[in-house]
Amino acid sequence: MAYSEKVLEHYENPRNVGSFDKNDPSVVTGMVGAPACGDVMKLQLKIDKDGMIEDAKFKTYGCGSAIASSSLVTEWVKGKTIEEAAAIKNTDIAEELALPPVKIHCSILAEDAIKAAIDDYKSKQTK
Amino acid sequence: MNYFELFSFTPSYEIDTALLAERYRELQRAVHPDKFANSSEQDKRIAVQRTAQVNDGFSTLKNPITRAEHILALNGFDLLHESTTVKDTHFLMQQMEWRESLEDIAHSSDPDEMIADLHESFSVYAKEIEQDLAQLLLSNSEEELSKAADLIRKLKFMAKLQIELERAEDVLFDQA
Repeated sequence: MAYSEKVLEHYENPRNVGSFDKNDPSVVTGMVGAPACGDVMKLQLKIDKDGMIEDAKFKTYGCGSAIASSSLVTEWVKGKTIEEAAAIKNTDIAEELALPPVKIHCSILAEDAIKAAIDDYKSKQTK
Repeated sequence: MNYFELFSFTPSYEIDTALLAERYRELQRAVHPDKFANSSEQDKRIAVQRTAQVNDGFSTLKNPITRAEHILALNGFDLLHESTTVKDTHFLMQQMEWRESLEDIAHSSDPDEMIADLHESFSVYAKEIEQDLAQLLLSNSEEELSKAADLIRKLKFMAKLQIELERAEDVLFDQA
């Protein structure tokens, strides 16, 4: 199957790959996986005291579309507030990367990773 | 279509795969389209359909994951067409670690030992899941079956890891 140019571009030059120190109190983590293909995605956000996302990093084991989706998401969330990041939809990701229907689940995984990271943020806030 | 019925098994995760293969050959012979060469067009069509069912049934029951999914499907759970996201952090962390280990094989001072260790870890972990799964699939309570669905999802991740491990082995073998 042919990947779109944007997917290839992110796949060959993934942005913000890696991990933050998980003991840093400003770091939250979202871990998600897709059983259908066995893909695993970790999204970490560094959030300042005002709820602004300062930085983001990801680590994804999966196909090109899954890597591109998570790479794109790290670019998009930087500088956004938690609320703005929570509003990112998988359809936005799929459209930006021109994902074919069989790869839509990769964009869903990336959206769920943002949600999981925000859940982690909220659970840390209430502690 | 209940494939367990087709192969005269009671629906269970644990089946005798040698017996399955034997019954597959018997069924294949019984419905083989060649036997219907002189039959009516309708009988020929039915023979072709039956052959397809027997083949589908065999491949479904042979593979433990699709066999488990079939038991759930017979109970009204459709796992085949789902796009559920797994969020079990503890489980996913372990998956991440194992994926990282697979990457490290290439730079390891003793890659063969590393591969052997990973084979062992994967198989121990998968066996534990499979034992629980076999028990849960005997139940017909919705709660137990939904727990079974979770375990099947985990087994799919383990199957993926196994494929990646074999790929790493192939790479190593090609270099040797």
